[in-house]
Amino acid sequence: MTVESTAARKPRRSSKRTAGAGARKTAAEPELVQLLTPEGERVEHPDYDVDLSPEELRGLYRDMVLTRRFDAEATSLQRQGELGLWASLLGQEAAQIGSGRALRDDDYVFPTYREHGVAWCRGVDPTNLLGMFRGVNHGGWDPNTNNFHLYTIVIGSQTLHATGYAMGITKDGADSAVVAYFGDGASSQGDVAEAFTFSAVYNAPVVFFCQNNQWAISEPTEKQMRVPLYQRAQGFGFPGVRVDGNDVLACLAVTKSALERARRGEGPTLVEAFTYRMGAHTTSDDPTKYRADEEREAWEAKDPILRLRTYLENAGHADAAFFEELESESETLGKRVREAVRAMPDPEPMAIFENIYADGHALVDEERAQFAAYQASFADGEGN
Amino acid sequence: MTVQKLPIAKAINESLRKAMETDPKVLVMGEDVGKLGGVFRVTDGLFKDFGEDRVIDTPLAESGIVGTAIGLALRGYRPVVEIQFDGFVFPAYDQIVTQLAKMHARALGKIKLPVVVRIPYGGGIGAVEHHSESPEALFAHVAGLKVVSPSNASDAYWMMQQAIQSDDPVIFFEPKRRYWDKGEVDTEAIPAPLHKARTVRAGSDLTLVAYGPMVKVCLEAAAAAQEEGKSIEVVDLRSMSPIDFDAVQASVERTGRLVVVHEAPVFYGAGAEIAARITERCFYHLEAPVLRVGGYHAPYPPARLEEDYLPGLDRVLDAVDRSLAY
Repeated sequence: MTVESTAARKPRRSSKRTAGAGARKTAAEPELVQLLTPEGERVEHPDYDVDLSPEELRGLYRDMVLTRRFDAEATSLQRQGELGLWASLLGQEAAQIGSGRALRDDDYVFPTYREHGVAWCRGVDPTNLLGMFRGVNHGGWDPNTNNFHLYTIVIGSQTLHATGYAMGITKDGADSAVVAYFGDGASSQGDVAEAFTFSAVYNAPVVFFCQNNQWAISEPTEKQMRVPLYQRAQGFGFPGVRVDGNDVLACLAVTKSALERARRGEGPTLVEAFTYRMGAHTTSDDPTKYRADEEREAWEAKDPILRLRTYLENAGHADAAFFEELESESETLGKRVREAVRAMPDPEPMAIFENIYADGHALVDEERAQFAAYQASFADGEGN
Repeated sequence: MTVQKLPIAKAINESLRKAMETDPKVLVMGEDVGKLGGVFRVTDGLFKDFGEDRVIDTPLAESGIVGTAIGLALRGYRPVVEIQFDGFVFPAYDQIVTQLAKMHARALGKIKLPVVVRIPYGGGIGAVEHHSESPEALFAHVAGLKVVSPSNASDAYWMMQQAIQSDDPVIFFEPKRRYWDKGEVDTEAIPAPLHKARTVRAGSDLTLVAYGPMVKVCLEAAAAAQEEGKSIEVVDLRSMSPIDFDAVQASVERTGRLVVVHEAPVFYGAGAEIAARITERCFYHLEAPVLRVGGYHAPYPPARLEEDYLPGLDRVLDAVDRSLAY
């Protein structure tokens, strides 16, 4: 099976170049690295490969299933009013688990706000991700505990932080690397272009991992770019590669290769994980207003989890007991997340004034005291 | 010898050198800061002595400079960033306001952002557009940032030391038209705290509050007023965030009159904040409304008009007269 035959199944972005289409469409569909077809067939690629034990393969499957279960629970919690908002990663599990499992502990990750699968790989407790979506904090976890930076909401900004962090790694003489996550929409941000420039100039050990999920809220990739995204790297002087973002093995192989390149001091790589946002942008979004059901259905056939399950079953790497046990583990996770969110208390009002400055600030002190006095003024003589 | 007479630019240079010698994590980065030593030569000689790993000539992209400085700070470095001119800071404004200022709070205090952003600011050097602006209020308005400006060589040296040692991001506004003004710098002195104001001239009839390049103008105005028998106190604010309101209050309680002077436009400027706070704190001490002298609600004008735009001796004295006339 060839890569071309996969590309030919793409519903919207046909590999056929039609006359005059260059005026608005992206160029002809380029090859994308694939090691596991949507049908669950293991295929070869001349440049990339992974050698994983059945246990490791089951591990990737487990990661994807649990991430999807967590994600579904969070969506439900939003519908139940327990979260103010949720940004679902549905459909992007392979891109996140594949790249996330390519990392070493000493590597550092700069995510956007949808990297729940990467957070899972880094060992960040899923419940920690929910504070900001419930509205009890703006992030709050210690980035240095798991080398997983806070979620960045203003898209693209974190690519510069990742680049600076990577420059610091070089100065330290370390061989760690950094992954900057971003999306097709963020690729239009000037900060991303500046991050490409800085990382190229300083040969920084950073991997730019773009999940091209085809949609920036309601805007398709045609509104962001005229050439395939991964090709942009060439103009900055480093390699770009497009990988099947729904193929966890290919995402793992490509990211690992890019990280190794970074560790060898050969500089940045742009990885474009070609995937699809199966859900809405967030729980506040309504994709029926701007995209066709047929497109989503076509991508359903390329589901990242189903294809690995098919492969595991056909290869005899997992039996029914494994899947049953995972099902039960998923439900336990869902329950744990649900209970943790419902038990998450609102912060005390005085928290408004905490952690604004590391060394303090006279105005903050003054306003904190005023606010405390104001709050105290409501206490009446009956001890309420 | 620990006491030297230095121009402000050289005092900052010496301070950067000291910080880099003391702490290997201190980096200098910006456009042309390396071999050239910066367009004002503030980083002169540092590249030669500390090398390109610590004195970093960056691509010409301000957002990139501040954004990568944030990343370096997260890695444990203490970057001192140079923005070449005041009017060039706005491409970095998003990184400063959205990321640099808020990241410590976002992490509930678990990470620190010891980044200094140096900005040569203000007019009076006959420059083209975007080279003479005073945007300090745009930064002081943002929680998470600290904003300071020295008016003399000694403060330039010591405030830079303190800004680099601060675990908070500091926007360090350098009065570019005073870069060549000399003053004594004692490198073994015990400096005043970074955010404390200083009374630079005692007086009893009226308080002038200024910072950065306008302190000199106010001192000249006070001297001129003295000849007319008016006793003017001059307070050098030094820090625009936080502001040492206690020092201003103490002065106004004695003089009963306050005029705030800055180059920045008066509208929504530091003077407005000071006027409001001091009116609240000193309502029964004030003999006149707090007056402000500053730039107009107009783009900074072409160089041939800047003397008309900038507060000078006469405009300060005019405000002094109006205040005393109440």
